[in-house]
This record gives sequence, C-alpha cells and structure tokens, in this order.
Amino acid sequence: MECVFGMVGKGFALVVADSSAVNSILVHKSNEDKIMVLDSHKLMGASGEAGDRAQFTEYVQKNVSLYHYRNGIPLTTKAAANFMRGELATALRKNPYMVNIVLAGYDKETGPSLYFIDYIATLHKVDKAAFGYGSYFALSMMDRHYHPDMTVDEAIKLADQCIEEIRSRLVVAPQNFIIKIVDQDGAREHSWRRTTKD
Amino acid sequence: MKLDFSGLESSAPLYGGPNELLCDGFSAAPSFDLPVTSDFDGFQKNSIQMVKPAKGTTTLAFIFKEGVMVAADSRASMGGYISSQSVKKIIEINPYMLGTMAGGAADCQFWHRNLGIKCRLHELANKRRISVTGASKLLANILYSYRGMGLSVGTMIAGWDEKGPGLYYVDSEGGRLKGTKFSVGSGSPYAYGVLDSGYKYDLTIDEAAELARRAIYHATFRDGASGGVASVYHVGPTGWTKLSGDDVGELHYSYYPVEPAVVEQEMTEAVAA
Repeated sequence: MECVFGMVGKGFALVVADSSAVNSILVHKSNEDKIMVLDSHKLMGASGEAGDRAQFTEYVQKNVSLYHYRNGIPLTTKAAANFMRGELATALRKNPYMVNIVLAGYDKETGPSLYFIDYIATLHKVDKAAFGYGSYFALSMMDRHYHPDMTVDEAIKLADQCIEEIRSRLVVAPQNFIIKIVDQDGAREHSWRRTTKD
Repeated sequence: MKLDFSGLESSAPLYGGPNELLCDGFSAAPSFDLPVTSDFDGFQKNSIQMVKPAKGTTTLAFIFKEGVMVAADSRASMGGYISSQSVKKIIEINPYMLGTMAGGAADCQFWHRNLGIKCRLHELANKRRISVTGASKLLANILYSYRGMGLSVGTMIAGWDEKGPGLYYVDSEGGRLKGTKFSVGSGSPYAYGVLDSGYKYDLTIDEAAELARRAIYHATFRDGASGGVASVYHVGPTGWTKLSGDDVGELHYSYYPVEPAVVEQEMTEAVAA
C-alpha cells in the first residue's frame, strides 16, 4: 500500500511519498519520512520492506558523502543512480534488498533528472515514475496531464490530483503524503498532505 | 508408520540378519518411528505452527509531558496452552532504559541483555551515556543482520537521555520506527483503541499510568493470548520506576463491580407444623 511517485519540471524535480508505517493491519505511524535527502541536490524516495528501506538508503547516503569527502566534488545524479543500481544488482542473487527507489537530482550542467530504480536493479532515466499500488492511478494521471517544462505550481497541482485519485480509489489508501522538491537552490521539503494529525 | 528406507541399504550386508550383536551401526539401514497419524503433512505443519512464536502478548509505551509510560501483560502461551501467567515482559536494560518483550521470549531476553552490555561498553569507551537513538540503532542493526533466520522480536526501547524522553519500535524484520505512541503484540489493536481515545500530551503521571493500565486490561479482556498481570513502569529524568502490577482479573471487578441483585420478595422459612 506504499506509494512513491515523482516527475521532472522546468528546472526542478518533485518526489511524493506516502508516510505510513504499516504492519499487517496496524498503522504504527502515519508521519514517517520516506524521502531521504541524499545530499544538497539529491532526493531519494524509497518504498519497500521496513528494514531494507532504512538500511539501504542510509548505506547509499553514507557512501555518497564518502565520495564527496574523498574527492572534493559531489557525485552527479547519474553516477549516484548507477552506484545504487550496482549495489542492488550485486546483492540480488545473494541477499536481495526489497526496495524500490525514485531518485531525483539537480546538476548544474544537466539540470533536473529523475531515475526509476526497482528492487531487481532495473535502472531507467525518466520524466515521471511511480511505485506501489498508487502507481496504478498515478501513472495514467501523469501520462494524461504531464507535459515537459511544467512550472512548480502546475506540477504540484498534478501531484495533488494524483493524491486525490489514490485517496478515493485505493481500498486502503495511506492517510498522509509528503512532497519534496529539488532545484538549483537545493533539495528540501515542500509540504505535507494530511488527513490525520499524528 | 515406518518409512521404507530399504532402497538405501548397501547391496551386500557384511553380517547376517540374526547376528545383531556383531553388526556395527553403520551397516544397519537407518530408520526412525514416525507418529501414528493419517495426515502426516498436516501434523508437521501444525507442530511447526505451535512452536512458532506468534507474538501473543500486549505491550505498549507512549511519551507524554512527564516522560515515557511503559506497560505490558504477563502471559506466555504456546498455541492454546497458557504456559505462564507471570512472565516479565518489561526488561530493564539499564537504570534509565527499558525494553519490552513481544515474540520469542528467549530472543527478546538474550538480545536485550546483549544490548545492555553494548550500552555499558559505549559508556566506558565514550565517558557518556548512550542515547536512546543509538541504543535502538545498535539493536536494529543486529536484528537486521539476522533477518530471515527465524528470530522473532517485536520490541520497544524506551528511555530518557540528554534530548529528553525517547521511544523507538524495533522488530526482527529489521524495521525501526521513532514515535510517541506504540503498541506491539496480538492484543495491540485492542490496546490502540483505548490508548488513542484517552491520550493527551499533558497527562499527569497518575493519569498516564491509569491510561496504560486500562489499555492493557482491555486488551487482555478481548485477546486470549494476553493476560496475567498488567505491569506499568514510568521512565523519567532520573531513570525508570515500577509503578504498579495488578492482576487483570482483579482489575476487571474493580472497573466493573458486580451489582448485588435487587431482591423483591424474600422467601421465609415455613413454620414446621
């Protein structure tokens, strides 16, 4: 029931994720932040098994920082995406990580980019991506209404439409969503969409 | 019912059948007695299910103005058999941190003790107490490394450190959640109902203890795998203290006293003629 989706606009990239932490029928928490800020200009929305999600995303974050410290320059979004895919692929036939990731980043030279990385180490550079049961609704909404070079307001409006559709059509829809954005000024939290206060 | 292992026998046995004393163990065909059932596969599945720890318990913890309130029941069950009504499910990791037990008792006790050792080593190495964040991360990493190997642990780490009260939920699937209110175990949905409706951040210690006790009581009332004694602990700035331990049967009658039946007409003894 976890939903993560994202899209690229004009000079920015957006990632939206639900914020529920669920164990069979119980909702333990509905304000869990699943979009990790990888570094100053990268966002990683992750969905999947509880332990794998936290452990893998933190592992990637620490390795990205290490590269930065060792070499003095940060990784590009493309390099970070390929690093993640390599780690998932290596672990796949031994101890697979059950995590699906939407990576959004902004590079000075190439602008905003979005990468779709799934748990069997598939890697695609895309304009829009979605994971989870929510993807059944979000993908078609985005296919219909997305156009290249959208403004922030247009993209937020599309994200809201996707969230509304998920809330009304998914049988056990998540209660709250978090939206994070990355552009030339950096990666930051944009807003929450709540139905419950927790 | 005996399985037929005759196909595994070596073609030329060294010693004859009647001379069993001269046979060494290796040349005899291996066999073992199986239980007498018509459905052996079903029997095997059921016996695994009985032994598998099913987190039959109710534990809860929440943060409020005065610290952390931790409460648990004390029943241990193996399938339909109640093996104990007096299990200590709140484990004292060190004087300012508590852990709760749900799942396999041995797993929880062992790994909480191990966590206590690691916390003490941290204190000695760094000359300061470990934070609740750090302690829960240590436990979560250990449990993550044993993922898929059959550990069954659903625990909450509650403590008071430099940043104030802290509460984390850690389980054997490797999940770790920071929060203000958690309940774990088969009785947890029942406890959540009472806890969510009565919770306010500004409770006094007594009100919070009563809320915790009541939530455990209601869970034990409805959940067969929870019962025994409702223990309530409080973690404050100076460490933890045990507040109460009440038998849930007695709690039932104190919350819902038996009304004496109203008698309309009393029968009197007939005078013997």
